[in-house]
Amino acid sequence: MFKRNEMEKGVESLLFISAVAAVLALFLLCLFLFRDGILLFKDYPLTGFLTEKSWYPTSLDPRFGLQPLLFGSILVTVGAIFFAVPLGIAAAIYISELASPRVAGILKPLTEILAGIPSVVFGFFGLVVLVPVIQEALDLSTGQTALTGSVMLGVMALPTIISISEDAISSVPRSIKEGSLALGSTRWQTIHKVTVPAALSGISAAVMLGIGRAIGETMTVMMVTGNTAIIPGFPSGLFEPVRTMTATIALEMGEVPQGSEHFHALFAVGSVLFITTFIINIAAGHIKNRYRFRL
Amino acid sequence: MTDDFANGTEIEVRGLNLWYGTNHALHDISIDIPKNSVTAFIGPSGCGKSTFLRCLNRMNDLIPNCRIEGNVNINGEDIYSKGVDVVDLRKKVGMVFQKPNPFPMSIHDNVAYGPRIHGAPRKEIEGIVEYALRSGALWDEVSGRLNTSALDLSGGQQQRLCIARTLAVKPEVILFDEPCSALDPISTSKIEDLILELKKQYTIVIVTHNMQQAARISDYTAFFLLGDLIEFGRTEQIFESPQRKETEDYITGRFG
Amino acid sequence: MLPNAKINEKIAFTLLRMAMGLVVLFVFIILYYIISNGYSVISLEFLTSMPAKRMTAGGIYPAIVGTIYLIIGSMAVALPLGILAAIYLNEYARPGKVTWTIEMAISNLAGTPSVVFGLFGLAMFVKYMGFGPSLLAASLTLALLILPVIIRASQEALITVPKEYREASLALGVTKWQTIYRVVLPSAIPGMVTGAVLSVGRVAGETAPILLTGAAYFLPRLPDSVFSQFMALPYHLFVLATAGTNIAQTRPIQYGTALILLIIVLGVNAFAIAIRNHYRKKMHR
Repeated sequence: MFKRNEMEKGVESLLFISAVAAVLALFLLCLFLFRDGILLFKDYPLTGFLTEKSWYPTSLDPRFGLQPLLFGSILVTVGAIFFAVPLGIAAAIYISELASPRVAGILKPLTEILAGIPSVVFGFFGLVVLVPVIQEALDLSTGQTALTGSVMLGVMALPTIISISEDAISSVPRSIKEGSLALGSTRWQTIHKVTVPAALSGISAAVMLGIGRAIGETMTVMMVTGNTAIIPGFPSGLFEPVRTMTATIALEMGEVPQGSEHFHALFAVGSVLFITTFIINIAAGHIKNRYRFRL
Repeated sequence: MTDDFANGTEIEVRGLNLWYGTNHALHDISIDIPKNSVTAFIGPSGCGKSTFLRCLNRMNDLIPNCRIEGNVNINGEDIYSKGVDVVDLRKKVGMVFQKPNPFPMSIHDNVAYGPRIHGAPRKEIEGIVEYALRSGALWDEVSGRLNTSALDLSGGQQQRLCIARTLAVKPEVILFDEPCSALDPISTSKIEDLILELKKQYTIVIVTHNMQQAARISDYTAFFLLGDLIEFGRTEQIFESPQRKETEDYITGRFG
Repeated sequence: MLPNAKINEKIAFTLLRMAMGLVVLFVFIILYYIISNGYSVISLEFLTSMPAKRMTAGGIYPAIVGTIYLIIGSMAVALPLGILAAIYLNEYARPGKVTWTIEMAISNLAGTPSVVFGLFGLAMFVKYMGFGPSLLAASLTLALLILPVIIRASQEALITVPKEYREASLALGVTKWQTIYRVVLPSAIPGMVTGAVLSVGRVAGETAPILLTGAAYFLPRLPDSVFSQFMALPYHLFVLATAGTNIAQTRPIQYGTALILLIIVLGVNAFAIAIRNHYRKKMHR
């Protein structure tokens, strides 16, 4: 019997170690990312990284200004959110409140297909289909613009926003909705005065995660936004090429000597990206827990 | 307490207290449970009778924040003392649950599950399965289809299968936690007959919310209320001449 | 009821329907373009021959092989680790700081951009551990990327196993691990398989992490060890579409590659859902 208890303890330890591997992975990720990122500031001032307005990594007097890339990421993401949030929430309301169970059963897997399509395929589609369309429709010199990136990212963020919002809306108790309908409100009044407000924190979490998805997306933006590292104007910048943080890392890492200043600069950009999504994830988790508590 | 049990005492509980977090759910329970007889725990829902039952095979250990003080001696051994192996304890003290809970396996594998894990030799398994199913009064109904899924049985058959599964481990005590509450009257009476048969070999403790059932099958009855053991004695005495006002009120139906 | 309210409702519902229609339209347009332009390119030869003439002709065989190797390599690491971690979290962990930390780490790994995983793989596996740009470095990087997906899917599968099974087994004097191994896991396996298969789709489609950890622009031969560089479908598509020797001329090959990638990813997802539905029906019988 002694042996049996040893065995149980051993198994539990093995399982515990496996679970801790996730913590270890996150810890190592931070360690390696920040270590190579911080090495940039040995030769290049942190203030320069933060305030410099240009990103000229390979010129004789290299400039590693974060701003063009940061604002590029923000512009493309904001554009995507403006487009995907109303559309995604509307689709989520449709699926949970209007569609019959049978139709909802078809629509849900259909939107999940969007989540399954690899980002490089989205990028390819954007490049061969959307870029020419935008160029001609808006009469631009190139169709590779922030707007193109925003549209593609918006489509990619849709499944995240739809499925999490739909969960939140569906979990609003029936009794609350019936209470409103019994007072003589129309279904629409019930939806926008009662159901959606009750699901609001779940929907906010969905939007946060959608933002996280969009800001971290690499291949798609790299293939459709033209990758020009200039601080974009707003809103005029939407119709010009931009360069995001993610695209910069993916584009330039291939041609950089390991251990060089430029190499470390890319890790510094990666660190900023990681911290950004980390904050977004924590915030989304916080919002989500709060609403789970309330319902 | 009573020492006049015909077959001796199986379980002795002294000063048992139980807390769920800060909620004091059982207050200072002391009781002796006789060997080879049926003891019923009755009382209104929330009175602590099921909680107390689960103290007897330490199933409450599974609940986080559950704290227990006091002694429970089974055959002279304190089951809450440090060196006790909970797994061995549960082999000796079997349990049948309210809702029939067969595993999603064949009838045969359900019964063979316990003996196999406890290392019964392969060639003995078939014998144990047949013995357990016969003792569980299920053999005649299922002997031709031992390899079909246990989930295809009726509710009453599933409950008898769960009893057979418990018997296959050869326990000394069997705890029944409202075993008939999900069953129809015919299945219930089959289980009751079975329990009366089983008490010849096993010590039986049964929690029931059905007073008639307690009256029909038990030798001793304990009445619980709000975490207290109010009264314990021979079943006839509890039902015919209760000593305490609360017991009488419950028996005569003045509680919910 | 005010007539205004009625009209508002009509307008609102029409808008909701249009929004839903637009989402569905996106799905079909994307699938239509890739399928209609790609299907004529696909042939047995396309799938089984090497790229030729500086990748302007020939097939995508090495990219398919590379993607399969990546799937095998990353699953071999992430699947056991993820399932064991999920068992710990669902069956053993008690609420507290340690469990909170583990859960928080998993959520944050899940939300970390794939390109950041690529940077990490580059710094740790390629550089620090000295694997170089290789199948090994890329597989390990992808394994960490899909670890949270597998853990979450396995946890969901474990949650659906009724508590009654565990109690029944424990009440028979069976130990905790034996209970998990003999009763809980057999019931949870279909759900775990579904999660695993879904993450296969993810591995097949990821580009940014392998771009930084070992995917090759072009290789005249198949990888012969875990330290070899490799070609992979998503990176191949990216290269052909943006930096190929002749982007316009190789358009058909691009569509063909995109379609194969789509078939693998969506096919694998459909397969996962089919498994889930099959077992769900069986359980409810």
